[in-house]
Amino acid sequence: MTALTEPPKESFRLSMLIYDTRYRSMTIQVVALIGFMLVAAWLINNTIVNLNALGKPVEFGFFTEPASYDINQKLIEYDNQDSHMRASFVGLLNTLLVAVLGCATATIVGVLVGVLRLSSNWLVSRIMAVYVEMFRNVPVLLWIVLAMAILIESLPRPSAFRGDEPDATMKVFDSVALTNRGVYIPEPLFTRSLGNIHLFGDSALRFDISIDLIVFLLILGGSIYAARRITAWANATQERTGERPRIWHINLAVLFLPTIALLAALGFHLGYPSLQGFNFQGGIHMRNSLIALWLALSLYTAAFIAEIVRGGILAISGGQTEAAAALGLRPRRITSLVVLPQALRVIIPPLISHYLNLTKNSSLAIAVGYMDITGTLGGITMNQTGRELECVLLLMLVYLTISLIISAVMNVYNNRVKLVER
Amino acid sequence: MNKSVFLGALTVAGLAAGAAAAATLDDIKARGNLNCGVNTGLVGFAAPDANGNWQGFDVAVCRAVAAAVLGDPQAVEFTPLTGKTRFTALASGEVDMLSRNTTWTLTRDVDLKNTFVGVNYYDGQGFIVPKELGVTSAKELAGATVCIQTGTTTELNLAEFFRVNNMDYEPVPIETNAEAQQQYLAGACDTYTTDASGLAATRASFENPGDHVILPEIISKEPLGPLVRHGDEEWSDIVRWTLNALIAAEELGVTSANVAEMASEPTNNPEINRMLGTEGNLGEMLGLDADWAVNAISAGGNYGELFEKHIGENTPIGLARGLNAQWTDGGLLYAPPFR
Repeated sequence: MTALTEPPKESFRLSMLIYDTRYRSMTIQVVALIGFMLVAAWLINNTIVNLNALGKPVEFGFFTEPASYDINQKLIEYDNQDSHMRASFVGLLNTLLVAVLGCATATIVGVLVGVLRLSSNWLVSRIMAVYVEMFRNVPVLLWIVLAMAILIESLPRPSAFRGDEPDATMKVFDSVALTNRGVYIPEPLFTRSLGNIHLFGDSALRFDISIDLIVFLLILGGSIYAARRITAWANATQERTGERPRIWHINLAVLFLPTIALLAALGFHLGYPSLQGFNFQGGIHMRNSLIALWLALSLYTAAFIAEIVRGGILAISGGQTEAAAALGLRPRRITSLVVLPQALRVIIPPLISHYLNLTKNSSLAIAVGYMDITGTLGGITMNQTGRELECVLLLMLVYLTISLIISAVMNVYNNRVKLVER
Repeated sequence: MNKSVFLGALTVAGLAAGAAAAATLDDIKARGNLNCGVNTGLVGFAAPDANGNWQGFDVAVCRAVAAAVLGDPQAVEFTPLTGKTRFTALASGEVDMLSRNTTWTLTRDVDLKNTFVGVNYYDGQGFIVPKELGVTSAKELAGATVCIQTGTTTELNLAEFFRVNNMDYEPVPIETNAEAQQQYLAGACDTYTTDASGLAATRASFENPGDHVILPEIISKEPLGPLVRHGDEEWSDIVRWTLNALIAAEELGVTSANVAEMASEPTNNPEINRMLGTEGNLGEMLGLDADWAVNAISAGGNYGELFEKHIGENTPIGLARGLNAQWTDGGLLYAPPFR
């Protein structure tokens, strides 16, 4: 019997970094990383040195100087003596506005079209197929420009509403004006308003939030919560006794009475637009640029979402539908109870990337003169100050941040609907 | 677009060290043509004609420079630039010079690192309105919707004018003159504002120019002129003196018709002789041939000829000389002496 000899303990030698397969890959990666960092550092250094040589050092002082240009669509108070930072903030809010409106509309239209495209009705599914192929295969910029051109050329001018025998009249009980400068709709006003909360003092990021809105949302949220509790109670009673108490009238009252009471207490009324001078005054002015951008972006993205939804639904085995039908569920219930909840797992991840696409595509706004962040910070500010590099870097940072936030939020949602593995 | 601007900025950085030192003149001679940035389309100043040849008052400056440098007025590569892209294109070396009705301001000269070589058109910002609107003064425009080209000085003047006069307005930002024209004619804005010369040029291309009126108020000073980037004084001298040669030629009575004859042998006027190279060595000082000014003037004519041909009273644009007359006629054109 021979004694087991221990393998000789190898001490680490430098040559092993290259010749030993255990370490070689690590060595290569470290070398590549160092090389990459050197190239990056050289690029950045080269840029800074040369910009200095050109007499344009990288600095952000311009950001606090007066912007001295005007912006038409502003969700917050802005004046041409405010800083470039404030102007960028106005643009950022405009970007977010069109992104939120666009994502919501695209989702609704997309889901609807995706489901209808699978309809057994030949005509409906064909029409949806035509819609999808048309919108998906034409660049979104063309849709934006087309939508804008149609709005400008086909709708009447504000002056057409003037006179005793006007060529154009306001729609919906004289409350909505469709003009080629935008759509004017009534605005909610309160005679006994609770005022505003002023955030961030006098800084460029100052922001007013209406207390009326906060109270309204709180009460509405409370009502919805109460209504759900009542429904839960009704369900429990049904489980226990087999009889379901009549609750719809209670729910209705709980949902609507508190908010109606609040609106009455605040003196709610609508402010209607009216033609004064060159333009309509009063009401909410939805500019053509916003409508064109919103419509084109959402219809374009909806075509992609429709395909994702269709793919998600097709991914659910036909056996499930048949099984549900065998249990006596009607087609609509099968879709909403069996197919869609499972399809969501397939749908959500690609949906996130289309939300990101829509948000980034909103930078095409300049084609129709919509003042988003690309139009303010990346457009007029950049042009008037001549700080290309700084503005573009900031702009990239802003879009990166928005995209990462959307991803994070959607990932949280995805984690909730995805299959829980045990 | 973001990306291209960013890459553009990086290119600026990359090229800057080289471009600043290297002589633009040598680059142009080696290349065999001049890269000139012009308007995307403004009839009378810079617009392609039916055959695709660029024509106009600003274009003529490019052609004169090309003729002075290369002896061939056709050796120009035109790059149409919007109000937003022009300075980046110039700074990055994409174009050698900009002749794009650009207003000379301190910021653009100093902070944006450009060199304005002179003024080829003294302009001011005006407003155009449809006659049926019944407006006779810009002070009556309170609450109006105003179409405005973005990335221009007019944008800032507009904000200032309405602020000073305590009036509200709704700006509609627009990229190019053509889009502005479309929106204005569709009635999406009540008035369009830009340099008065641009308004006249735009109005000339309307179907019924008579239905539109340019308001009397001129709300700003807009000295428009060609520019080059900082850092190459030899090149800026060439562009500056080519423009001066065109202006001086009108004052001295040198036209495209008689320039060849005047240059064939010395005339009685020594200044003409010095300019046309029959006396002295001004061309050599500039690093050009002796007949540089002869080429520049025969390219399209002197300043007055160019004005009459492209934007003068007998053209559809119909601009009067006004401030742009020679100083001897009560205008502001005043070329320094050729000595």
